[in-house]
Amino acid sequence: MFSNLDFTNLDLQKLVFGRLSLADIPYHEPILLVTFSVVALGGLVVLGAITYFRFWGPLWRDWMTSVDHKKIGIMYIILALVMLLRGFADAIMMITQKAVAFGPSEGYLPPHHYDQIFTAHGVIMIFFVAMPFVTGLMNYVVPLQIGARDVSFPFLNNFSFWMTVAGAVITMISLFVGEFSRATWLGYPPLSGADMSPGVGVDYWIWGLQIAGVGTLLSGINLVATIVKMRAPGMTMMKLPVFVWTSLCTNVLIVAAFPILTAVLVLLSLDRYVGTHFFTNDLGGNPMMYFNLIWIWGHPEVYILILPAFGIFSEVTSTYCGKRLFGYASMVYATVVITILSYLVWLHHFFTMGSGANVNSFFGITTMIISIPTGAKIFNWLFTMYRGRIRFELPMLWTVGFMVTFVIGGMTGVLLAVPPADFVLHNSLFLVAHFHNVIIGGVLFGMFAGVNYWFPKAFGFKLDPFWGKMSFWCWLVGFYLVFMPLYVLGLMGVTRRTQHFDDPTLQPWFIVAACGAVLILCGILSLLVQIVVSIRNREALRDTTGDPWGGRTLEWSTSSPPPDYNFAFTPVVHDLDAWYDMKNRGYARPLGGFKPIHMPKNTGTGVILGGLSVAFGFAMIWYIWWLAALSFAAIFIVSIVHTFNYNRDFYIPADAVVRAENERTAVLAGRV
Amino acid sequence: MMHTDTAPPGTAPVFHLEEEHHPETSTLLGFWIYLMSDCLIFAVLFATYGVLGRNYAAGPSPKDLFDLPLVALNTAMLLFSSITYGFAMIAMDKGRQAATQAWLAITGLFGAAFLGIELYEFSHLIHEGAGPQRSAFLSSFFTLVGTHGLHVTLGLVWLMVLMVQVGQRGLIPENQRRLMCLSMFWHFLDVVWIGVFTFVYLMGVLQ
Repeated sequence: MFSNLDFTNLDLQKLVFGRLSLADIPYHEPILLVTFSVVALGGLVVLGAITYFRFWGPLWRDWMTSVDHKKIGIMYIILALVMLLRGFADAIMMITQKAVAFGPSEGYLPPHHYDQIFTAHGVIMIFFVAMPFVTGLMNYVVPLQIGARDVSFPFLNNFSFWMTVAGAVITMISLFVGEFSRATWLGYPPLSGADMSPGVGVDYWIWGLQIAGVGTLLSGINLVATIVKMRAPGMTMMKLPVFVWTSLCTNVLIVAAFPILTAVLVLLSLDRYVGTHFFTNDLGGNPMMYFNLIWIWGHPEVYILILPAFGIFSEVTSTYCGKRLFGYASMVYATVVITILSYLVWLHHFFTMGSGANVNSFFGITTMIISIPTGAKIFNWLFTMYRGRIRFELPMLWTVGFMVTFVIGGMTGVLLAVPPADFVLHNSLFLVAHFHNVIIGGVLFGMFAGVNYWFPKAFGFKLDPFWGKMSFWCWLVGFYLVFMPLYVLGLMGVTRRTQHFDDPTLQPWFIVAACGAVLILCGILSLLVQIVVSIRNREALRDTTGDPWGGRTLEWSTSSPPPDYNFAFTPVVHDLDAWYDMKNRGYARPLGGFKPIHMPKNTGTGVILGGLSVAFGFAMIWYIWWLAALSFAAIFIVSIVHTFNYNRDFYIPADAVVRAENERTAVLAGRV
Repeated sequence: MMHTDTAPPGTAPVFHLEEEHHPETSTLLGFWIYLMSDCLIFAVLFATYGVLGRNYAAGPSPKDLFDLPLVALNTAMLLFSSITYGFAMIAMDKGRQAATQAWLAITGLFGAAFLGIELYEFSHLIHEGAGPQRSAFLSSFFTLVGTHGLHVTLGLVWLMVLMVQVGQRGLIPENQRRLMCLSMFWHFLDVVWIGVFTFVYLMGVLQ
């Protein structure tokens, strides 16, 4: 009788909570407990502050529901910075573990925890730091550079952002409810299959990426359509600023690569949820199919991240050298060639699969060929600097740091492209050092250059140069201290993803690397201090001209921060450096004749769909089927209801435009 | 070279438009790009079927399973639905709302018939013990064909929503644009199905 009752109870619990139970809250792990209390406390402080300052209303009306590409861009970058802290916390835990876990010492991270940390680190840094950073900058800058009022699909833009946030939230929940994947950032089967990873970790990983991936794909479509259709009159393709060109190629890559990730994650989910046999070792499945598919997405992904950084460096070099970019056409062609070649190299990630000498040499050679257009770009930047009047402002510092660092990373990449060498270096710390070399030295430096370059455009004041320089030098020196030892260790054969070592002669290298990580920590802290100090000193750092650097492209022709409508009149473009051309030929800013401006309306649908997606993902992860069905139905209904709203735009009345523009006239005349 | 095109001598160059600038709508281009991304999902599923499609794991092969006359009937349903959608678009161009709605309804019926036959085929296969868990061949078969079916289902829901919206507001430009998008979607599914029919069913039975 009683056992019968117990059984029904258990069943009921399963029905309501799926496989979620109290035992899944890791309150016995001191590290997680401390993290949780810090996060909870910090969260409470933030929420309390928002309530105290009565900021909920403006936050909802002006930011969360905003379809303004500028605000969405800023929100993407805030997301990236927040997630950078999480990703870096994982990094410093890994490197300190490695520095102490020798011989009898086991370190402080047990293997099952360590494996989650390196997985989370990779996933977070790529999907929730680098991607939002890149997307954020493209969102902010591209419409301004092409003289547009917004992107092609403003609502879709807001929705994409909230899907990215939803993916990040799901990934973060795994820290405190259950566990994260231990199957590496790309979730290779059979390790990520149902047999080897029966827990919720891989499911967290799948749904986090799947939901964020929807956002990325849609934002890719949006920006391609924007660049193709919304350019100002006169801006032909060969007059696009280089950053717009690289953004176009990146978004083409997103559209052409992310569906593959979506599909391969669906196949893995089917293996895990339905019991199909795509990537299993039995009944005809083939795990190497997964490796091929995920890298057909994964390699273009690398270029999705680096191309916009190349664009930023081009803008920065040309601006701070006071010269037209050297070899614009070759820069464009190099970008397009890299875009195409990025699809022909995926197999170099697993030369050791054993596909034979012919296949390996094909992919080895295509990989080496990529260094040619990339090298051409480096020379273009160098020749732009040659005999330029170089101003070493912060963005230029990051650019020079990038050029030196990225060349080293590029060379180790060519080394790895040689299949016999790769057989030795595969899966070693040499590889880890290589891709951190190009991602930190390329993508991250590029993003920091971009943030320092466009911050005054977004907020109307410059970032503090002292703390910016602190951040730059800490990052640069810290980077070399961390990763040069890893190159050495990798050449000696030390494998990646290792939690404990027996050979004590390796330890000094890891200790040097840990010191470097502390320096990078100082770099991140300096960045945060830089932002705080700049906000406090904003009056001293204020820029009233809208063009603090002597810029060359259209975003500098409008005020800082730009009005909601970006440009009171749509600019007409005659030259590649459109704004430089306007300044040179005596362009006079129009002072009258303003018309009402057609703009899209804000909407809360994106936030609601993002929230429902979190519920759906969480329910799928924990097998809470009723919640999954309910939230899925809700997503469906909300989407349909949204299409019944035909009233999606409005006109900013002419007198509001007049007011905003008169204010700018007064500021420009120095009367305010 | 300072400017690539200079205004004729004596006239000041024009640097901004006096009138409000309305770029042409991006919706059709955007939707087309979306379709191409969707096409890639099918490309992955086709490739997976190509690699795993003969891994029967000592289970049934296409020859044992596929009922070509039934699939031919199914194909006919989908092809007819594409033709009738075309008629709906012609009616829309002529501004005839009732005819548009009627052709849309007929399209929906053909689509529903297609789905019904597909579901019958699936349940029949599963009943015979040839479900998606049986072998990699059947996993990739069910996923490829099922993904197409899922698209048709979504297309049907969309079609019904659009019929309501056309009923409410008539053939206004927004609704015309939406009907154009669904048209592309519907024909796209038709093209994908021709690939499925050839690559999976015909070649499966012929080999």
